[in-house]
Amino acid sequence: MYVAVKGGERAIENAHALLADVRRGDRAVPELTLDQIGHQLALGVDRVMCEGSLYDRELAALAIKQARGDLIEAIFLLRAYRTTLPRFGASVPIETGDMDIRRRVSATFKDLPGGQVLGPTFDYTHRLLDHTLAEGGDVPEPATAPGDDTKFRSVAELLAGSGLIENNSPAAEDVGDLTREPLSFPAGRDLRLQNLARGDEGFLLALAYSTQRGYGRNHPFAGEIRYGEVEIEFFAEDAGFAVPLGAIAVTECQMVNQFTGNADQPPRFTRGYGLSFGQSERKAMAMALVDRALRAAELGEETGAPAQDAEFVLSHSDNVQATGFVEHLKLPHYVDFQAELGLLRKLQAEFFARGTQADAESQMTALQDAAE
Amino acid sequence: MSSPDPRPRGPDAAHDQRRAVMAVLARAQTADIARGLNAIGGDIDFTELRAPEVGLVMLRGRIGGDGAPFNAGEATVTRAAVQLASGEKGFGYALGRDRDKARLIALCDALWQREDKQPDLEALLLTPLRRRHDADRDKARAQTAATRVDFFTLVRGEDDR
Repeated sequence: MYVAVKGGERAIENAHALLADVRRGDRAVPELTLDQIGHQLALGVDRVMCEGSLYDRELAALAIKQARGDLIEAIFLLRAYRTTLPRFGASVPIETGDMDIRRRVSATFKDLPGGQVLGPTFDYTHRLLDHTLAEGGDVPEPATAPGDDTKFRSVAELLAGSGLIENNSPAAEDVGDLTREPLSFPAGRDLRLQNLARGDEGFLLALAYSTQRGYGRNHPFAGEIRYGEVEIEFFAEDAGFAVPLGAIAVTECQMVNQFTGNADQPPRFTRGYGLSFGQSERKAMAMALVDRALRAAELGEETGAPAQDAEFVLSHSDNVQATGFVEHLKLPHYVDFQAELGLLRKLQAEFFARGTQADAESQMTALQDAAE
Repeated sequence: MSSPDPRPRGPDAAHDQRRAVMAVLARAQTADIARGLNAIGGDIDFTELRAPEVGLVMLRGRIGGDGAPFNAGEATVTRAAVQLASGEKGFGYALGRDRDKARLIALCDALWQREDKQPDLEALLLTPLRRRHDADRDKARAQTAATRVDFFTLVRGEDDR
């Protein structure tokens, strides 16, 4: 129970002014621009867009600036902003197979059509602090090489051709939408993927890790990870055809997992899927592992691990909901607490009254014993 | 891999052409579109059918990359519609919240429907935009290609002596 507490207006106003002051910090230090955040803290922007579930680099950069770099606060700001806008509709499904590739690696086949291109990655860096960055300075132009027009075919596509991996049905039924209807169970895979796509990276990472450590093992291989630009199209009612909206950057992860099969179906690899805004590879991989873990029951596997429990995973993945409920504890609960305090005093009084009585009785017994 | 889109695309080649023009404009910078239109010159007499409006489009992915659609998250989109004095209606859509850009795209879409305007639009607006986009894309692709892994296997075992 919350009650209105008056008297804090001045304090709140001054606290917000103080917040603005410390956000800006030392005036001798140049103020951050949104372009600087967008370009130089690009992966933070990607994460905010992903979990804020809104693709808009400039808004995400603004949110990060306003939130002083607190990414969950920035995600909260973006989620709140989206509620102020009308929805025009849904895009034509993104074709990640047509991606303009900036990075593509596979841990399953080294000689994929299109090859393996590392792109801009932290992989194979030595994780040693680079003190030259502290000084700043010119960065040399990256190397170039002649392009290769070979289409980057996906591992899933290659395995599907030989019948070694399960197929996904492209049939479009009603597509569930968590932003329109609250989550209910059992949740279809479309809803689960929507939930995971906006879910907290840390939470999904921990769950994914738990499956690797044995809590719902599903024997994964990173079949393919690709990052690059995809074109977006939207069927515009007024124009009467699907209009191009421009391109966005996404990361896709195809996990190839342990096989399944039965009397009707030959044994085949199964798949887990991850898709995230921007270059968010850890998120896409964790999402794919958790997506696959949530399919355990459907694939006839033993269940019971946390990552396989849809109700547990999907109800706790949203960091805006989670932070709202955890952080609400710091709001005034004075009346609640007074009620608890009153109850506790009553219980204690009873306890001590019983205790005094018990003491008196035991003394009496001792006297009687002594007398006998 | 890709399944047929159930919704109608261009019922005729004209729609496909307009889509191609819109694709160039949607990924261009607003200032570059404005510069191109200025270069074409002449007063354009038009009315606004839909004032530029910022909203959301739910971006859909496919389950497994090739399966049924799911909602991956939203994007900001701005749209506008104009009508030329000569009657052509143009529609502008672009990711982001740039109202001027949506209006300019709508204007270009309307102008493109006038055959007498197409040569100028092509030469002074679309070709330069395409050239710039292609140069940026080719550079990014060439930089990506330089990170291609060339695997080779080290021969192990006893040397023949």
